Amino acid sequence: MANAYAEYETKLPKSIMEEVKQHAAGATDAKLKKILAAVYIEYQRALVDPGEAVGNVAAESIGEPGTQMTLDTFHFAGVSEMNVTMGLPRLIEVLDARKTIGTAMMEVYLLPPYNAGQDIKKIAEKIKETSFREYILEFHIDVLEANMTIKLDKTKMDMVDATPDKLIKVLLKGLKGFEFTAIGTDTIVAKSAAKDEQLKDIYHLKEKIKDVYVNGVKGIKMVLPVKRGEEFLIVTAGTNLKKILAIEGVDTTRTTTNNIYEVEELLGIEAARQSIINEMNKVLDNQGIDIDVRHIMLASDTMSMSGHMLGISRYGIVKEKPSVLARASFETPLKHIFNAAITGEEDHLNSVIENVMLNQPVPLGTGLPRIVVRHFPKKVVKKAKAEVEA
Amino acid sequence: MEIPVYKQVDKIVFEIMSPKFIKEMSSAKIVTPELYDKEGYPVDGGLMDVRLGVIDPGLRCKTCGQKLKECPGHFGYIELARPVVHIRFVKLVLDLLRSTCRECGGLLIPKNRLAQYVTELDQIELTQGQSERRDRIAEIVAELKTINKCPHCAAKQKKIVLEKPTTFLEDDRRISPIEIRTRLERIGDDDLPVFGVNPRAMRPEWGILTVLPIPPVTMRPSITLETGERSEDDLTHKLGDIVRINQRLFENINAGAPEIIIEDLWDLLQYHVTTFFDNEVSQLPPARHRSGQPLKTITARIKSKEGRIRHNLAGKRTNFSARTVISPDPAIEINEVGVPKVMAMKLTVPERITSWNAEYLKSFVKRGTAQYPGANYVVRPDGKRKRITDETKEQLLEELQPGYVVERHLLDGDIALFNRQPSLHRMSMMCHKVRVLPGLTLRLNPAVCEPYNADFDGDEMNLHIPQTEEARAEAEILMQVQTQIVSPRYGLSVIGCNQDAISGNYILSKYLSFTRPEAIDLLMSVGIEDFKRVPNKKIVSGREVFSVLLPEDFGFNAEPKSNKPADIENAVVIKDGLLVKGVLDKSQLGAGAGLLLRTLHKQYGADDMGVILGRIYKMGINVLLKYGFTAGISDIDLSPEADDKIRTLLNEAEADVHRMIGQYEQKSLELLPGRTLDETLELRVLERLNKVRNETGRVVAENAVASTGTMMMVRSGARGNLINVAQMAACVGQQAFRGGRISNGYKGRTLSVFKKGDLGPEARGFIRNSFKSGLKPHEMFFMAMTGRDSLMDTALRTPKSGYLYRRLANAMQDLKVEYDGTVRDASGKIVQFNYGEDNLDVSRTEAGRINVKKIIENLG
Repeated sequence: MANAYAEYETKLPKSIMEEVKQHAAGATDAKLKKILAAVYIEYQRALVDPGEAVGNVAAESIGEPGTQMTLDTFHFAGVSEMNVTMGLPRLIEVLDARKTIGTAMMEVYLLPPYNAGQDIKKIAEKIKETSFREYILEFHIDVLEANMTIKLDKTKMDMVDATPDKLIKVLLKGLKGFEFTAIGTDTIVAKSAAKDEQLKDIYHLKEKIKDVYVNGVKGIKMVLPVKRGEEFLIVTAGTNLKKILAIEGVDTTRTTTNNIYEVEELLGIEAARQSIINEMNKVLDNQGIDIDVRHIMLASDTMSMSGHMLGISRYGIVKEKPSVLARASFETPLKHIFNAAITGEEDHLNSVIENVMLNQPVPLGTGLPRIVVRHFPKKVVKKAKAEVEA
Repeated sequence: MEIPVYKQVDKIVFEIMSPKFIKEMSSAKIVTPELYDKEGYPVDGGLMDVRLGVIDPGLRCKTCGQKLKECPGHFGYIELARPVVHIRFVKLVLDLLRSTCRECGGLLIPKNRLAQYVTELDQIELTQGQSERRDRIAEIVAELKTINKCPHCAAKQKKIVLEKPTTFLEDDRRISPIEIRTRLERIGDDDLPVFGVNPRAMRPEWGILTVLPIPPVTMRPSITLETGERSEDDLTHKLGDIVRINQRLFENINAGAPEIIIEDLWDLLQYHVTTFFDNEVSQLPPARHRSGQPLKTITARIKSKEGRIRHNLAGKRTNFSARTVISPDPAIEINEVGVPKVMAMKLTVPERITSWNAEYLKSFVKRGTAQYPGANYVVRPDGKRKRITDETKEQLLEELQPGYVVERHLLDGDIALFNRQPSLHRMSMMCHKVRVLPGLTLRLNPAVCEPYNADFDGDEMNLHIPQTEEARAEAEILMQVQTQIVSPRYGLSVIGCNQDAISGNYILSKYLSFTRPEAIDLLMSVGIEDFKRVPNKKIVSGREVFSVLLPEDFGFNAEPKSNKPADIENAVVIKDGLLVKGVLDKSQLGAGAGLLLRTLHKQYGADDMGVILGRIYKMGINVLLKYGFTAGISDIDLSPEADDKIRTLLNEAEADVHRMIGQYEQKSLELLPGRTLDETLELRVLERLNKVRNETGRVVAENAVASTGTMMMVRSGARGNLINVAQMAACVGQQAFRGGRISNGYKGRTLSVFKKGDLGPEARGFIRNSFKSGLKPHEMFFMAMTGRDSLMDTALRTPKSGYLYRRLANAMQDLKVEYDGTVRDASGKIVQFNYGEDNLDVSRTEAGRINVKKIIENLG
């Protein structure tokens, strides 16, 4: 039985072979041969033609349904508690390879036993970037003493095993020129360390102290433990893939971010390529638009082929084109033409648009093959040539 | 005999014109701003000099001797009295001045490190590309700026700043363009590559103009107004200014005028030359007409969508095309287009006379232009086109012989390309066969509305007639409608039944049965003439009638929509070309889904499928024609019990919402994680109200009479959905505005009829009434709000998605599959090793896959 497969292993793509194996399980050897032969014929029939303008087809396939997408920036994506950029704006964002995106988001998957919901609240709280503001219950400023008493949120502190002493350490790191003393288990007194202490310093402190970073992963603005299927995971607003993956209990194989640049930086261009495909699919699924993966893959491959992310814009892919006229026909034509003239560039007319400009056949599809036609017998041509030369 | 020579442009080299080159290529030196003499004849040495080409009929060009339309025009030049800076090279000149020595012109880099820079730059260009090289050059220049002692001649360097747009200052002293030019001349060729200047393409001093090329008059033609007055082109105006000031400057210099006057004139010359190139330089006031509107000078002519590049070079126009309003005609085939007779008599097809068709083509010429089918032109072998008129007809008929070409009127069966804008995908331009019809509109089969995205509310479409054998062959083989049935976007058919065609077939397969004569009558109206497959019995069922349209050996099993017994009962089963069971609806016949159609396409090929689809379509329409089909208000009448049920549901929901508001006011509402109290309330209320809309929808679905026109349209998928019906029959529902309920427009309330702070459903855009019961004034207002919002959304979205599309197309248009199966771009770089990882063409797959399961099933 294995023999029958072996013959086609190189002839058929892996995905189709898998499917045959799945559907033809238990078939006899002879039957299997028949099946594979039939599949092979079908496969041959469905191959792309050389010269097919697959790039244009992909661009059409992605661009055409663009008009059907909503402009609604905010849409609920799985989690009804969070607003996420979706629809056309998100698609533009992905294809632009923008560095700052509308809603940065992560899906943090957890390893057992945490994915069954154990300690999920605690893990979530640990991940979240917290500033001192969240530990404060109330301020009390003593004008005479020129100090400030801060009442702390005990329940909040217990969640992350914090004590006033620990918090003071953090505060000292984040703020210069103040002294802190802990009183009891839930109160801190702050005082200016400078000799000529001033009340206005304390008032300044009151504002500044709120923003002191205490713990958690920087960049994670919000955490939401959610149950998806049988599994618990944490959805976050804000991303920091590097730090999150380092946390114990996080499933590093499935945890993702929607920030493509972060993926590229940490996991490389191949991962970023896949990330673009995933992100685009997310948008399209959400909008109920059917586009074959091949088109999305091609768009993603064009963006990542140079080894780093290039947006589909005048600063990205178009800038890298070898042809002067192709660049000039997109945007800012004068800039391209002048630069080309200064550097003495040559345009070898290999791509589509230059040949359109010159009224020549385009090197795609039926414009690709060259046929040499002899209009006249050889003799006549020879004679005419001789005449011309004479 | 003349041998045709086929030439193709191999490459284009971009360079800067040197002053010497400009003089050499010129055919005239321009010395006077005058245009015409008293007789209106162009002045010699003026801007309209006949040596620069001709724009007046009758005149001959003095350079090439050709007439108007033959002479391409020739450049001239003017000698500038004093050099001026070319606005486009200001940046480059500044960089060069700053990074070279003011005394010796040497680069401010020690000789030993120069080689290092050059290799580094070459390396960057090789690995990262041109633009990165340019970035690095900018960095190098920034470094050099700070060096203040020449490493070659030890001369002290001064700080140079640019006073925009064109004045250079060295330690607050102005450097004249003459001085700049001499400095630039001193820079050696070897140093230029560092700045990205190729010495073979450009010498830096050419950035300071000493001579100015004058574009040919053919490029700036004047228009003669009705009054006989001449109106000159903007460029001519600008050039006139330049020449005038230039002459004045010459005169003043020769007369030894004071320096200050010369400086002023020089600056003015600089201004005119700058605005001649670019009239939108930010620091300069644009040069204007007397009427005050800015002149369109060279830059404006080239750039932007209406500029030379995108408008004229990348966008072409064609002859032999037509455009008019479209209208539907289900009686023509899907690959036909109905062309009005008047159009068919203007559009022509060239046909070459041979000894076999001479008589045939002569008959066209004989009928002439006024009688259909005639001919409009005869083309002689030397390429001369002769129009057929009553006077020339006789002579032409005698003259005609093999080798002549007759441009005859359009006939039935001719090849045409049909197109509707926006041409968003390749199915927006397909090849149809001409069918000349009476009337004045272009006709198309409504089944092809989907790929064109056309309707008949006034849409216009374009028709093109290919003029060569190659073009016709390509159109017919690659672009004909039936070859485009399967979309390359998702591998399913984009052409299918719609509207009446779906509901008609639905009724046919679900309810109808006929007497045999009736069945035959129906089949005849569809175009079937062979009735041996109609069962020979008294009563023929609708399914049996439909089966006649299918191929005799066709087999198909549809997947039931769900596991409900009703759905399983309605699933289509076709065995040996007979519709055994099931109901035909949109999922089988429609565009986008069309599983039955997709299978037919797969099994019998595009051509047969096209024919079958045409018949199924006509069948649907003819069924409705015979059966009758209406939708009325009574279709959505509900029983009193159902009405009661809906009322209770709505009351319950409203009570729930009020309870939530109560909790909200007492702050006892349970918060959703990460949300404030206000947001939580809004989300919860929205959720509850949407739920009740769906509930009422369900009540309507259960209680509406399934055999009414409206419900049949919904059930078959022909038009409308259950939500639409529910909105008509039960409750319109919550109006969503910017992702939430309608928020305050007045202080504390949405409309002045409500109390301040009212958060109840009614005050926030919940429409309790149905369209049938009628909307209250405030409900109508809320509805108008969301309506306007969605209009705005569409208006904003179209240009956004259009731009995205343009960028995508521009970035990816060169990618093609090579013979080795790789996908490469224009320069041969590999983008994918196998297209889509498996080399499959999506339009040849079933939804992107090879249907292995079906292949195995078919093998038995």
